[in-house]
Amino acid sequence: MTARERIAGNVAGYVDDRTGAAKWMKKNLTKVFPDHWSFLLGEICLYSFVILLLSGTFLTFWFDPSQREVIYEGSYEPLSGLKMSAAYASTLDISFEVRGGLLMRQIHHWAALIFMVGIVVHLLRVYFTGAFRKPREFNWIIGVGLLTLGIVEGFLGYSLPDDLLSGTGIRIAEAIIQALPLVGSYIAFFAFGGAFPGEAFIPRIYTVHVLLLPGIFLALITVHLMLVWYQKHTQFPGPGRTEKNVVGYPLMPVYMAKAGGFFFIVFGVTAFLGAVASINPIWLYGPYTPGQISAGSQPDWYMGWLDGLVRMAPPIETHAFGHTISWNILIPGLILPGIMFTGLALYPFIESWATGDKREHHLLDRPRNTPNRTAIGAMALTFTIVSLLNGGNDIIATTFHLTINQMMWFSRIGVLVLPPLAFIITKRLCLSLQRADRDLVLHGRETGRLVRMPSGEFVEVHEPISPEKAWLLTSHEQLAPLELPELDGAGVRRPGALKNKLRNRISRATATAVPKATETERRELEGHH
Amino acid sequence: MKRLSRLRRHRAAGPILLIFALFTIGTTFQVASAVNSETQSVADRAVTIEEGKQLFLKGCSSCHGLNAEGGEIAPSLIGVGAASVDFQVGTGRMPMADMSTQAMRKKPVYNAEEVNALATYVASLAPGPEVPADEVLNYERDGSVAEGGELFRTNCAMCHNFAAQGGALTQGKYAPTLMGVEPKHIYEAMITGPQSMPVFSDKTITPEEKLSIIKWIKAAESEPQLGGAALGRVGPVTEGLLVWTLGIGLLIGVAVWLAMKAR
Repeated sequence: MTARERIAGNVAGYVDDRTGAAKWMKKNLTKVFPDHWSFLLGEICLYSFVILLLSGTFLTFWFDPSQREVIYEGSYEPLSGLKMSAAYASTLDISFEVRGGLLMRQIHHWAALIFMVGIVVHLLRVYFTGAFRKPREFNWIIGVGLLTLGIVEGFLGYSLPDDLLSGTGIRIAEAIIQALPLVGSYIAFFAFGGAFPGEAFIPRIYTVHVLLLPGIFLALITVHLMLVWYQKHTQFPGPGRTEKNVVGYPLMPVYMAKAGGFFFIVFGVTAFLGAVASINPIWLYGPYTPGQISAGSQPDWYMGWLDGLVRMAPPIETHAFGHTISWNILIPGLILPGIMFTGLALYPFIESWATGDKREHHLLDRPRNTPNRTAIGAMALTFTIVSLLNGGNDIIATTFHLTINQMMWFSRIGVLVLPPLAFIITKRLCLSLQRADRDLVLHGRETGRLVRMPSGEFVEVHEPISPEKAWLLTSHEQLAPLELPELDGAGVRRPGALKNKLRNRISRATATAVPKATETERRELEGHH
Repeated sequence: MKRLSRLRRHRAAGPILLIFALFTIGTTFQVASAVNSETQSVADRAVTIEEGKQLFLKGCSSCHGLNAEGGEIAPSLIGVGAASVDFQVGTGRMPMADMSTQAMRKKPVYNAEEVNALATYVASLAPGPEVPADEVLNYERDGSVAEGGELFRTNCAMCHNFAAQGGALTQGKYAPTLMGVEPKHIYEAMITGPQSMPVFSDKTITPEEKLSIIKWIKAAESEPQLGGAALGRVGPVTEGLLVWTLGIGLLIGVAVWLAMKAR
């Protein structure tokens, strides 16, 4: 034993005697994780969260969350001598007086955008591969919670500098609160501590932005990761991979190195964006005053779809009992997002109810093998993308020489017509891909080599695919539709017959598939050739 | 006679006579030349108006009418003033290339002299806002950037965007970008209200405030790209586009690479 080993051993022993960590470490450092690029999408969120914590802490050293009026005397000439809130003035100071302040502000904002993009692409991966199925439903709900809180947290951060753009955003948020029937005005007064804009809102959302929500984030992310650890990571199907094992590399040293490296790469990309591309140039927006507004006022992209929904809403109002109900704000601002997020959170339960599949799943689905789920995802995605495009309708209109009215009517019609269309097309695409898979298994790969038979016939040579590939294409299971009885033994309608009828119907739609190539079919074909 | 001859021989007679002579000659010349220039300028103006009229008849009258009285597709120009013509023709908006939505800024068809002739002709039809003199347009001396920014955000940003980059209006109309527009034309736009733009009279925004606005626009135009590429200065839309393309593109690329190496 060399001296170095002896010292290391002594240190390890010292720590173990006091913490008992050795046994736990031994077990967990060798824990195996499967390898796939899409499993790193969640890590992008985790790392940008760390970057947000670090850069955000730096910003709090100089940010003054106060709506107290000050006169700007900093070095940005076009605003000098103007009255503004201390929040805005201190953000200008961070940008122009604090060393490295502007870079940190930009890193913080880019990291926030990357955090939200990461959450969405991670969610899409989990959704389309069916990783949310039992036993991971809770983790799915936590994820949906993180997405929702991320939108709120991002919006609050965007609002803090009290510039003309973010003030407009707060004004719209206030309008959405006020659109709540009966209680709206009271809640708005409560939130703003009086009439808009008041002096209370920025200090309040500051506390929520830097203390409450990050705390909740930390807790939820911890639980999210602990559940991944405990339930083990899902894996794509492949030779040797079953519902009972995990094929991959151990945490130590492979994933320690990969994850550690990836953290620095995420940090690097964020810092690169922060260094080369301006984001939220608040000095151009000017200080917030309720009397001013700029053309092309937009929220950050993760709120853009909401703004797009509000922009396309037709002007419908009801007047009843001395109250006005603004459906044009209420429906796109609260009811639709409410339905969307509730549906998203409950999706795993809805699917397992529809398919009757209550088993545990650790092997992921290929999206084509679950046409209904994939098509529903494409439908929701199309809805959101159309809404998001309408959120930037004025910029798109001026850039592409369209009229804002064309954009609005495209969105109004498109948001209703395109999602069902996306559903149908995606489902047909999935079924076609299944057919192609079946063809590949039964007839092999097309080689493009034409051979002339002695009889004069031309045929293309098909090469059989590898057993691994064949296994991958045939290993998935195809669920039979539920056949829930609507009548009892005596031919009388059972209680709950209607519910069963509905479930049968959904289940039949879900089970639609091109029958995969069976072993018998393959052998039969091989016999022929 | 004796008295006259005595005065004639007085020592001061020479200088006094000289001064008298100079004064007389000077005054005579002054009056003569003044009369001359007056008649000259009236004549000049008449010529310019005639030139302008000829240009107008060739280039504008098919829409605006032979006497600028307007028609079905174009407004009357009687009383719009020289400033209006100088703005519309000087920025290339008139003559219009495409009548579908609104006149767009393009390379002017007429040179400065011709624009002046057209403006003088139209101004001769009825009084209207005049082209601001260079003396008036000294925004560097008379304007204040910060005040201009405040006025711009209150009166202009709702259509022209916070950084004067332009924005969309209804039915395909738009508020154009103000980058690269001559101070004279900005001033004229404010006093004449071209197309969808309202008129900002000297009571709403004083001439001095107008100069402040111009100074702020010029400052915004020459402002360096603080904090990196400005991304068009149109707000979060381009930021979102960048993060969904370059940002996540780079990260997914690296993720694919990381997962690939392990094989």
